[in-house]
Amino acid sequence: MAESTVSPYSTGDSAVTEQTIAEMRELAARYPVGRSALLPMLHLVQSVEGRITPEGIEACADVLGLTGAEVSAVATFYTMYKRRPVGDYHVGVCTNTLCAIMGGDLIFSRLKEHLDVGNDETTEDGKITLEHIECNAACDYAPVMMVNWEFFDDMTPESATALVDDLREGHEVKSPRGATVCTWREAERVLAGYPDGRADEGPAGGAATMVGLQIARERGWTAPNGANGSRKTAPATEPVPGPRPEDQPGKESQAVHADDERKES
Amino acid sequence: MAPQGTDTLTPVLSDNWDADQPWRLDSYEEGGGYLALRKALRMAPDQIVTQVKDSGLRGRGGAGFPTGMKWSFIPQDNPKPKYLVVNADESEPGTCKDIPLMLASPHTLVEGVIISSYAIRASVAFIYVRGEVLHVIRRLQQAVAEARERGFIGTNVLGSGWDLDVVVHAGAGAYICGEETALLDSLEGRRGQPRLRPPFPAVAGLYGCPTVINNVESIASVPSIIDNGADWFASMGTEKSKGMTLYSLSGHVTRPGQYEAPLGITLRELLDLAGGVREGHQLKFWTPGGSSTPLLTDEHLDIPLDYEGVAGAGSMLGTKALQVFDETTSVVRAVLRWTEFYKHESCGKCTPCREGTWWLVQILERLAAGKGREGDIETLLDLSDNIFGRSFCALADGATAPITSAIQYFRDEFEAGMHTPAHELFPPEASTLFATAGANA
Repeated sequence: MAESTVSPYSTGDSAVTEQTIAEMRELAARYPVGRSALLPMLHLVQSVEGRITPEGIEACADVLGLTGAEVSAVATFYTMYKRRPVGDYHVGVCTNTLCAIMGGDLIFSRLKEHLDVGNDETTEDGKITLEHIECNAACDYAPVMMVNWEFFDDMTPESATALVDDLREGHEVKSPRGATVCTWREAERVLAGYPDGRADEGPAGGAATMVGLQIARERGWTAPNGANGSRKTAPATEPVPGPRPEDQPGKESQAVHADDERKES
Repeated sequence: MAPQGTDTLTPVLSDNWDADQPWRLDSYEEGGGYLALRKALRMAPDQIVTQVKDSGLRGRGGAGFPTGMKWSFIPQDNPKPKYLVVNADESEPGTCKDIPLMLASPHTLVEGVIISSYAIRASVAFIYVRGEVLHVIRRLQQAVAEARERGFIGTNVLGSGWDLDVVVHAGAGAYICGEETALLDSLEGRRGQPRLRPPFPAVAGLYGCPTVINNVESIASVPSIIDNGADWFASMGTEKSKGMTLYSLSGHVTRPGQYEAPLGITLRELLDLAGGVREGHQLKFWTPGGSSTPLLTDEHLDIPLDYEGVAGAGSMLGTKALQVFDETTSVVRAVLRWTEFYKHESCGKCTPCREGTWWLVQILERLAAGKGREGDIETLLDLSDNIFGRSFCALADGATAPITSAIQYFRDEFEAGMHTPAHELFPPEASTLFATAGANA
């Protein structure tokens, strides 16, 4: 079991505890088939260990009844899983075509110089890991940077260096479309499926998100029949009859989950 | 032909984005949210499928397959459980519509998930969201928790006798997982590699069970169709491309962002709303739906941006990710960078894609450096021809799209790559957001 195997690659200072194992089991129980939780479990490993460690891999393997090789095969496939320690702040600069052309290439080279690190390297103080990233689905805010997977929009070389300086000096940094930046490990815990209660921080979106809606409002444009308004007509709560019994999706489908450990709350 | 009889912009999905905390359930309900769910639960599941079919809604993830028809392929006599999987792995370069939608109004998606699950008789649904969007994941997690608290998710949904569990699942960084069968492998806890089809996911998807996989925007459109009817939805758009959709303008435009309009609007109209190409510059090339859709030029400003219109111009509507590049941009540099992306993201399963993207990058690198060799352009075209259509999934096809289209429209720039570096022909500084007007390197 978890405590019995010591990997030959062990670092000997694993932070994977009984609680980590218990949380891994809990994650596995959220899915009809436990293995589906492997990606979240690996995020959990990173939140605890600061990277994917041999011990973390063995723990996942034990919980899911897989081999370490099977877990490693998955861990090495996805770019968010890191084999080397990541700093407190993972700083990503989008250098896919559109962001690169809008300035991402210049920002990335300026940051490499400023931080004196190469791609996927961490500053000596262990604060910042710099990486060029692929399209992060925020092209209307190009050039885009991400800090611990929070958006930083419309960046320039100057705003980028100021941002990393603030991070290194421990100042509070807020994403313009997200929360106050937490540490990379804390972010990984949310990705694993453990909310941190900060969903209400930040706005609904930035200027680019709202631009079309704003023009529609100014010009009085709506969907046909003011349908956006029609979504507001009916009373908010009323007793709702259920569907006709013959239409109900069968409960029998639940029984098919033979190895089902789904959590009932 | 531009859409007739509707306003130029028709906010439906984006309509509540300027409300107070639109991501909260209370705010969403105040705007009429979750009425569609109550209405849907009074309908027979098949009626919902029919209504979505009749609306003409087509998949908003790129392929444009009719959503209702996809649902009807689920074999209801199959005793296995049915699953709904939402593809929220938005990663196609240029594509940025689902992420802002989920950030601003996650309940629009969650309500759609519940209705759609009911329609296909699924008792578990998954939202597979890319891992690199922390705050979007927070808002989705909270929205699902709020919906559960209100009895919209869980056992006996609103007293209907039907149970539904919804799982928000964060990916871990792999473009390929936006491909629906690779997404399924990833959701099963494996490397995300595409599967051979048939069998299609509708028959044997997640855990070998009948599975519907839909894009975020497709599912988020469902509550409005239930609320307002199939005819209402079909009254927007063009003959074969119905409804409203999010167009995402990015790049060298004055006001980039999200513009929700009926299908069939043109880039000229959108640019007009967006204040045009940035001041002092002209349109050079653009993508209609992400980097996997062949480039278009200023010749194509008036094509209707619907499935047929863009196909007629030799490209694809894709995700309606309109990346706009002006005359300062080197097309060779742009295409090289996209090709590096496909090389990096190729999952390695199919040889033409794994090896082909590698070779494409090598040739493009020398062309960008002004060190191209005689015959390089022909080799690029020949390679593309040998890659296209010869892999399990569409990643490889997408990889060739920018190359073949760029050579078609800008062959002389590739020829210049035989002797002059791209950065000399097109100084990169001039293309940046922070370039001062008229700046030169």
